[in-house]
Amino acid sequence: MTQMLPEPANVDAPPPADERNTVGVSQGRLILRRFLANKVAVVSGILFILVAVFSISAIGLGPIPGWWKYDYTSLNPQNDGGAPTLSLWPFSVGDHPFGQDRIGIDYFAMTMRGIQNSILVMVVISAVGTAVGTVIGALAGYYRGWVDSVLMRITDVFIVIPIIVIGAVVGRATGGLGVVPLAFFLAMISWTTIARLVRAEFLTLREREFVEAARVAGASDARIIFKHILPNAIGVVIVAATLLAASAILLETALSYLQLGVRPPDVSLGLIISDNQSAFQTRPWLFWWPAVFIVLLAVLVNFVGDGLRDAFDPRQKRFSLRRTKEQPASSTTAPASTQARVHPETPSS
Amino acid sequence: MVGFILRRIAVSILVLLAASFIMYVLAANSGDPLQDLRDSSAANRDQLIAARVAALDLNVPVPLRYFLWLGGAAGCLVPFTGACNLGLTVSNAAVLDILPTAIGSTLQLVTASFVLAIVLGIVVGVVSALRQYSGFDFGITLLSFFLFSLPSFLVAVLLKEFMALGFNSFLESATSIPIWLIALLAVVSAVVWQAMIGGDARRRMIVAAVSGLATIALLVYFNVTDWFRNPGLGPVGLLLLIAGIVVITTALIAGLQNRRALIVAALNGAIAYVCYFALQGLFDISTFNTIIILGVVAVVVGVVSGYLLGAPDRGMAARIGALVAFLSGALVVLDRYMQSWPQYVNNPRINGRPIATVGASTPGFTGDMWISGIDSFTHLLLPTISLLLISFAGYTRYARAGMLEVMNQDYIRTARAKGLPERTVILRHGLRNMLIPIVTLVATDIGALLGGAVITERVFAISGMGALFVTSIQRVDVNPVMGYFLVIAITAIVFNFLADLAYATLDPRVRVVA
Repeated sequence: MTQMLPEPANVDAPPPADERNTVGVSQGRLILRRFLANKVAVVSGILFILVAVFSISAIGLGPIPGWWKYDYTSLNPQNDGGAPTLSLWPFSVGDHPFGQDRIGIDYFAMTMRGIQNSILVMVVISAVGTAVGTVIGALAGYYRGWVDSVLMRITDVFIVIPIIVIGAVVGRATGGLGVVPLAFFLAMISWTTIARLVRAEFLTLREREFVEAARVAGASDARIIFKHILPNAIGVVIVAATLLAASAILLETALSYLQLGVRPPDVSLGLIISDNQSAFQTRPWLFWWPAVFIVLLAVLVNFVGDGLRDAFDPRQKRFSLRRTKEQPASSTTAPASTQARVHPETPSS
Repeated sequence: MVGFILRRIAVSILVLLAASFIMYVLAANSGDPLQDLRDSSAANRDQLIAARVAALDLNVPVPLRYFLWLGGAAGCLVPFTGACNLGLTVSNAAVLDILPTAIGSTLQLVTASFVLAIVLGIVVGVVSALRQYSGFDFGITLLSFFLFSLPSFLVAVLLKEFMALGFNSFLESATSIPIWLIALLAVVSAVVWQAMIGGDARRRMIVAAVSGLATIALLVYFNVTDWFRNPGLGPVGLLLLIAGIVVITTALIAGLQNRRALIVAALNGAIAYVCYFALQGLFDISTFNTIIILGVVAVVVGVVSGYLLGAPDRGMAARIGALVAFLSGALVVLDRYMQSWPQYVNNPRINGRPIATVGASTPGFTGDMWISGIDSFTHLLLPTISLLLISFAGYTRYARAGMLEVMNQDYIRTARAKGLPERTVILRHGLRNMLIPIVTLVATDIGALLGGAVITERVFAISGMGALFVTSIQRVDVNPVMGYFLVIAITAIVFNFLADLAYATLDPRVRVVA
């Protein structure tokens, strides 16, 4: 035998450089990678989780106590007119780092409770609102015809009323029932934007071949909607849900400011700003601490939502000088095209 | 087309009926309308309760009460017959009487901020899109994010505290702007202008130097002439500003090489400047309608002069002429307002603290058109800024996104390949196409305008629609709430419809989908 079989290739060596880029990556992983590359969004997300954990653990949730020594209802003797005892240099926390309110309740505990309520309301509104909106939008977009007309007219009914108007009415009616029922009822009026977005996605997606293939294979309508079409529309849903969360925080604080949202003795950041706005000259800390946290929460959620939108949009290509220098031959260096940031909600006060 | 409109109207009426029913039931069930009477200790408490129950039909179950209200409201569909009955408030005032004043107050408040938000938002968004990925772009994006996340009551309260008190104190005590502030403002202005205009390093340095020096010169001039006590543009300032308007308008729309356009613009600027001297006597006795008529005359003069002198592109010259005439005329009127400022500030009711934080006008204050105009201005300045900041953020984001999308289209590339100047490519081809979705957005926003200032009106105690709504919902007073709802719902539906029509008219690729 003069001819030998060729040596088997060395399977342990890494594939040649030009093949490395062709290793398959799932869509979820691509999106995750794009999201993690957006440093602002990642930092915002981490910061948000830190604030949430900090506030919940500080004064506890329900029967579980927190690590802070005061709670948000008990009166304490006023010292120094209730001024904050927090100092940055040298760093000391003191007894009442955020000060005390006019009747002696520790303001740090009140602020933490307010943050808790805001986050709770935000989570409930975005979860329930997204669920309801997705179902309605999916049904309207998939079935079309009279189902679509009826559902869209119902959506129009809710769109015609500005959200703060119907929120005020709902808040007046249900605010006394507690934070979670209030959030639930507010969610019942916040689903309209998501319904329209999901409906638009479904209208396009239902014409695709995989839907026809699933139908031919005998899949039921419910299965097609939830197992085939919805996973493809999930990007739009997640982005809309995050933006709904950001506007939910602002809605809840605005309603509480009008005293139509969370009621005493429970605390909301808008409520304590409303109670203390006249004390601005004499006790500014009563105003600044809740204000800072409202803005912080809203900004963080907005940044995360924007990062998610950039991650889900396949047309996004962040222009990076570093990347163009590393791969001069194969980079797509054209500075990215459309950053379509069409926010679904018009600003309202 | 007619079928589409009729179908749309029919559906809108159904939607309105359903929405008003939901609103009525929710509002009526949101609390106890007799709560304040039950808590009172007046001697004739029971008679008061019985009177209110009778006046507002509180014994009738809520769904039936809705139909009673609907009957009265349906009478409003027939105009001028007096059959319109929107019910009574808990204090026995007719809703139909209090609605028009509330609407007027709110319109006065939101119009200025609406127009400014659109103009500034589009300008900043377009510039930001053209300078994508620059420091200016990132700065504007961050700023608009931040402004978008601000709750409106926060902005309003902060403005009340800092700007009102700060400016009033400044006016009373200090006589000049401190040097450090002048330096700071000059540096900020230099940085912003060189970022906006862009270009290579040498051009940026020149722009930064010029804008910094101009800012310093302006602020020193303010200090020397005690400008904040005796404001005014004066003949020199007016000349400079009108010349600036002429040059910038021509440069943007036609290009400075276009002599005809420049002549038209300069002519209109000169006419406005002459009118500044000639009309002072007329101003002293004029009313607001006179000013409106003058404005219309100015625009007509601008259009006619452009049409006559602006061959071959008469339409463009007419536009330039009208724009220059309108803006220059506005400057002349503004100068006249400024001339009345010392008279306003020294008025015993104002007493040297002009910026007000409560209400839409000083109670019991009378004067000629100029003084009452300044009064409205000082009262509405802070609420307008408060509303402006948040709307501006939204419009900047939309304008930026729209401009970016348009500038990547093929027809822009074609226009550049044809050799058109960049100014024409951006303004004529880019901007016009970008404005189409913005127009629909504006139309929808007009629909939401009346109902959108609830919190600001509350903070600044302006008795407009928002204040009417909040007070009524807290007292569980259903009739004013329904009156409010009717106005904003009808405006929203009408303007949404107009927005759809506008979109179909402006964009030939989208036709009305029946």
